[in-house]
Amino acid sequence: MTLSKPLIELRNIYYSYPGSKTPLLQDVNFAISEERIGLIGENGCGKTTFFQIIMGLLQAEKGEIIFQGKMISNKKDFRELRSTLGFLFQNSDDQLFSPTVLEDVAFGPLNMGATPDEAKEISISTLEKLGLHGFEDRITHKLSGGEKKLVALATILSMQPKLLLLDEPSNNLDPTTRERLINILRGLKQAHIIISHDLDFLASTCSQLYTIQDTHLRRCEDKQIHSHEHVHPYGDQPHQHGT
Amino acid sequence: MIEEPFAHGSTLFHKRDSRVKLIAAGALSLILALTDSFAVAGVGCLLMGLLLWASRPEPKILCRRILTVNFFTFFLWLTLPLTYGGNESIHFLSLHLSLGGIKTATLISLKTNAIFFCFLTLLATSPLANLGHGMEKLGMPRKFTFLLLFSYRQLFIIHQEYQRLQRAARLRGFIPANSIHTYRTYGYLFGMTLVKSWNRAERIHQAMILRGFTGSLIPLNQPPLNTKDRFFLALMLLLCLFLLSISFYKCPYAA
Repeated sequence: MTLSKPLIELRNIYYSYPGSKTPLLQDVNFAISEERIGLIGENGCGKTTFFQIIMGLLQAEKGEIIFQGKMISNKKDFRELRSTLGFLFQNSDDQLFSPTVLEDVAFGPLNMGATPDEAKEISISTLEKLGLHGFEDRITHKLSGGEKKLVALATILSMQPKLLLLDEPSNNLDPTTRERLINILRGLKQAHIIISHDLDFLASTCSQLYTIQDTHLRRCEDKQIHSHEHVHPYGDQPHQHGT
Repeated sequence: MIEEPFAHGSTLFHKRDSRVKLIAAGALSLILALTDSFAVAGVGCLLMGLLLWASRPEPKILCRRILTVNFFTFFLWLTLPLTYGGNESIHFLSLHLSLGGIKTATLISLKTNAIFFCFLTLLATSPLANLGHGMEKLGMPRKFTFLLLFSYRQLFIIHQEYQRLQRAARLRGFIPANSIHTYRTYGYLFGMTLVKSWNRAERIHQAMILRGFTGSLIPLNQPPLNTKDRFFLALMLLLCLFLLSISFYKCPYAA
């Protein structure tokens, strides 16, 4: 990986919703190669929109997207970009559309030209890596919320992307599954950008933090001293918190 | 998801390729639907019944389905003998039942059940996803197969979404009555379901595009036709010929 050429770069991106006069994103500049980035911000501040612009699902009004040193200008360029970037949706139900888990995980590899046998092999090994051994023939909509999230992640990882865009991956997960997801993400070699409101989750999976504030994307300072108010049983007793 | 109670099994019908079964079911049902001969319909019904028996369906579910289908033929039996007319009639409990009507009702019942058995044996023994891919391979319009596959997968989710909204309304004290308020509420529920389904469809389409979808679904499990499949197809087509030949044979008892 050369430092001079980021995997993907956004230059002076402007976006506002169709029909809306107030801009949602202004002058967004961003580049990523191998970093693990967390993205926080208020509801509706444009975090998901930012992802959708990167993936070409929404078109920016102004600005440039440069992918591996090449400016993206047409549908074909985006097709190439999409096979290198994996986008995990907020709602896994939107991502899983095939009847069985195996078919869903194999969908990406098949589209990228793998033979059915290769696709099957890639899918099974991806599922195994995520600890989903034996899930191949499960019916996607009958999975639990946590299982759906992990299978959705598998559908993306089976395409062997270089960068993952994860939209609130820890939402609605129980502590065990959340921990499992953290371990999976830490073990992956890919770079990622994670949108989340869960600061602890971001702290354990990311090394940099960005935020969208007043339509601008900003990098947060690395460490800030702060305190939390929190509640739990026996909180009045002297106690220690885990890291 | 719509249940597929007959799709799983290990009989020879379950093992055959969906393309072969689609062709066979198409040919057989066409012959059965177009025939006006009692012999063809009767023999067809009998043969299809035997084939169905060989595919070993779950008896309880099978009976329920047969009853459902014959619920419709029952209405024919109620109306046709009384309304068909014609010269010949039978007197029964002071009713004039038209012989032509009874004959027509019998013929329709036989044909209906024969085609129904044929579909249960040949189509219901494949998972719908396989049938969809089979249809695409046979050159059916792509839009048609997508429509089939996606409605099958999404109907359940749309239904769930509707139920969720309905529950939300009920939890806030909504009791359906014959009032403008009720009609308006149902209007909102249907409308909201429609909007939500539309949005969901859009997001699913996005998910597909992001994973490299370019307009064709590539099936994961579609091995090429083997000798057994070809043999099966030949057998089924012979069965078609046999049924066709019956209609040319002058049966001395036929009306």
